[in-house]
Amino acid sequence: MRLEVDIASKTFKSAAGEQHDVIAGVAFTLDAGEVGVLVGPSGCGKSTMLRILAGLDHDFQGRVSRPAGARIGFVFQEPRLLPWRSVEENVRLVAPLANEAKLSALFEILELKAHLNHFPGELSLGLARRVALARAFAIEPEFLILDEPLASLDVALAARLRDEIAMLMGGRSVITLLVTHDVDDAVRLGDRLFLLSPRPAQILADLPIRTPRGERGDAEIAAIKLDIMRRINGTPAKRDAS
Amino acid sequence: MPRLLSFAVLLATWWIGSLFAGDAKLPPPPTVLTVMIAEARSGDLFFHLGVTLARVTLAFTLAMSLGAAIGYLMGRVRLADRLGDPWLILLLNLPALVVIVLAYIWAGLTEVAAIAAIAINKLPTAVVTLREGTRALEAALDEMATVFALPRWKKFRHVILPQLSPYIAAAARSGLSLVWKIVLVAELLGRPNGIGFEIGVAFQLFDIPLLLAYSLSFAAVVLLIETLLVQPFEARLSRWRPRAA
Repeated sequence: MRLEVDIASKTFKSAAGEQHDVIAGVAFTLDAGEVGVLVGPSGCGKSTMLRILAGLDHDFQGRVSRPAGARIGFVFQEPRLLPWRSVEENVRLVAPLANEAKLSALFEILELKAHLNHFPGELSLGLARRVALARAFAIEPEFLILDEPLASLDVALAARLRDEIAMLMGGRSVITLLVTHDVDDAVRLGDRLFLLSPRPAQILADLPIRTPRGERGDAEIAAIKLDIMRRINGTPAKRDAS
Repeated sequence: MPRLLSFAVLLATWWIGSLFAGDAKLPPPPTVLTVMIAEARSGDLFFHLGVTLARVTLAFTLAMSLGAAIGYLMGRVRLADRLGDPWLILLLNLPALVVIVLAYIWAGLTEVAAIAAIAINKLPTAVVTLREGTRALEAALDEMATVFALPRWKKFRHVILPQLSPYIAAAARSGLSLVWKIVLVAELLGRPNGIGFEIGVAFQLFDIPLLLAYSLSFAAVVLLIETLLVQPFEARLSRWRPRAA
């Protein structure tokens, strides 16, 4: 099972009729069990790319081949829960065939046990994200997409949720694609990092991390981060397209 | 308790009013109550109420289901909206009386004509409300349902219907009040029974106690249905909303 992406270009017309280039050449492949991370500045077209990969947007130049009929788990940036259904119903609705024991373990890991009967409007953003994560993992996805799952959370909460995500990703052979603007999260969670340029997005570098996720020491993480920072700042941003 | 109080105020105003206007123009509450009891004893009151309620139920159900379907279609499909819009504006502004009279002329003084005329009067408001609701559907939730491959029926039931339910409730609420008003006109003009017919008879005989007895019984039934059926239904639909302080 493999994800092959080759997006030559993606443009959209604004309401005023101007054309904007969002993506200008992004190509990569991901195998099952690999966690790819798209790292790039805010507004560089990452979310647009995810919508294309999830099959929500077909209006682009290029080709995306997903495993046929793959179950997609998507954790949207804003959690997109159904406000009129309880936490438990939100999860069960998309995963009617989920195994009870696995579901229970999932709620346990994400600390949702106490909130199963709450409505999403009663939850903090951190909890709502957890529900969105539970929903995505509950369907036992073959292709998992996480769009900035840790954005707008305070540092301690983000770190905890990151560990929970790492725990859930471990031991699954899923094609995972994570989008973040936070280099630290990228290095701690990813197996392969794709550094993106500002809009229109291009891949500046494709950095594999060989050490397994659990065994990365602080020194190694710091070294990789330094390398990334150097690459990002060393490459002049391309802004001539506008 | 405040409800009871406002009811008492209404009753008192009526009574005082009848003292000033005289029994002939505005009979006091006890006179009307006597007539009401007499009509109820003979069974006439319940018969006419039942007939009117049956017409309301039929016309309301017909208009709501048809109106919701058309409104949803017009909200989703641009072409349907373009095609349907002129008709909608025409129907919205057509006086109820015109529809009722034409229905009786074309279809005869029949039950079908009466119910169709009432339904046609209510239909356009249901269409307009549901069209607005459909236009306001969240694209973000639609995408979520698509990515997670929710089956069509499940998506409709859990994603779309809850978003439309405030609009459906609004259409039902305003539609019901419209139907309450129009059904009596339709009965007055071309039916041999129902509250509207009885009011017509009372009008011709200038029997004001009879007129008030039927009108008030009808109003009581409307009030009962609104408080016992419509309001609890609305409360149930919005139970997920955080309560306003």
